[in-house]
Amino acid sequence: MYVAVKGGERAIDAAHAWLAEERRGDPAVPHLSVPQIREQMALAVDRVMAEGSLYDPDLAALAIKQARGDLIEAVFLIRAYRTTLPRFASSRPMDTSAMAVDRRVSATFKDLPGGQVLGPTFDYTHRLLDFALLAETGVPPAPTAPAPAEAMPHVTGLLDRDNLIEPEPRCDDAPGDLTRSPLELPADRALRLQSLARGDEGFVLSLAYSTQRGYGRTHAFVGELRIGRVAVEVELPELGFAVEIGEVELTECETVNQFKGSRTEPPQFTRGYGLVMGQSERKAISMSLVDRALRWQELGEDFTGAPAQDQEFVLSHCDNVQATGFLEHIKLPHYVDFQSELELVRRLRAEATAASCPKEAAE
Amino acid sequence: MPPLIETRRDWMALLAKAPPARLAALAPDLPAHDTLRAPEIGAIMLEGRIGGTGARFNLGEMTVTRCSVRLDAAEGHACVQGRDKEHARRAAVLDALMQGGEAARIRAEILAPLRAEAAAARAARAEKAAATRVEFFTLMRGEDG
Repeated sequence: MYVAVKGGERAIDAAHAWLAEERRGDPAVPHLSVPQIREQMALAVDRVMAEGSLYDPDLAALAIKQARGDLIEAVFLIRAYRTTLPRFASSRPMDTSAMAVDRRVSATFKDLPGGQVLGPTFDYTHRLLDFALLAETGVPPAPTAPAPAEAMPHVTGLLDRDNLIEPEPRCDDAPGDLTRSPLELPADRALRLQSLARGDEGFVLSLAYSTQRGYGRTHAFVGELRIGRVAVEVELPELGFAVEIGEVELTECETVNQFKGSRTEPPQFTRGYGLVMGQSERKAISMSLVDRALRWQELGEDFTGAPAQDQEFVLSHCDNVQATGFLEHIKLPHYVDFQSELELVRRLRAEATAASCPKEAAE
Repeated sequence: MPPLIETRRDWMALLAKAPPARLAALAPDLPAHDTLRAPEIGAIMLEGRIGGTGARFNLGEMTVTRCSVRLDAAEGHACVQGRDKEHARRAAVLDALMQGGEAARIRAEILAPLRAEAAAARAARAEKAAATRVEFFTLMRGEDG
């Protein structure tokens, strides 16, 4: 129960003023511009866009600045802003096979059309602090090589060709949208993916890790991981045809999972899928593992009680804005709630004392 | 698709994807026009396909700005990524101009440099990516054999 109380205004104003000052930090240190955050904290920006569920690097950078680097607070700011925007349309389904690839690796095939392209990865770095960055003086240009005109087909397509993996047939039915109607369980795979795509990276990572450790094991291989830019096409109602209006950076992961077959399906590989805004392979791999774990029913597998198999558990807890809102509300005034608890405990104690020492109580 | 629509799709994409500052530098002065729909910021839902090929799903939204203008007999429309209202208006006016007598000039002075710059930027990234392509030199590759 909440009680309207007055009297905090002056304290709140002062708290906000101090917050503004603390956010700025030492004024002797130059302030951080939004373009600086966008360019040099790009992966934080990507995370805020992905979990804020709004692709706009400038706004995500602004949110990070305003939130003093608290990324969940920044996600909250983006979600709040998002609700103020009219929805003009939906894009055409983006074609990730036509991605302008920065990075593309496969853990299942060494030689594949288009090759293994490492891209600007932290992998193979030694994770030693680079003290040279304390006095950054510019970086030498990265090497280049002639870009092959070769296409880069999805690895799962190669398996699909030989019927070794479950097919993923094209379907053009309009997908459900959890920003338009409340999530109802059980949710179909499209809604689960929407939810996971905006879910907290840490939560989805932990769930994915739990499947690797045996809680809903799915025997996943990373068939392919690709990062790059994909065209966004929208049909403009004024024109009646689709126009490419921009590009977004995406990370896509396709896992290839063991499947021993069922009564209706021959032994074949199955799939998990992850697609995330920006550059986040940790999130994309996690998403595809959790996606696969959640598919146990459709594939006729056993429910072992693992958290990652339980869509009520996964989908109800993966949103960090929802979680933060409910978690942090308990710090707000609950004076009357607590008064009643206090009364109750006092009464119970008095009754307990009276029961154990009736004589004393009588005196 | 009729050829006129194909070419219009092409120039609208170039205008929408142009860096706003670069487009403003290439087309600093806009002719007088009527505003049919003032630049308006909104969102579009980005859709993906499960497994890259399967059923559609909603990935999340993206900010866009749209604008419509009339210039002489032509209607110009634009929907551009981001929240730059001037970008949307400029793209809409140029879309209208491209339907009139100035098309050849705009194609040469504005669209051609935008196309070249976009291709160069794309190629520069692709060349950096190509330099990180792994050559498994200890093992025989198909093309070596």
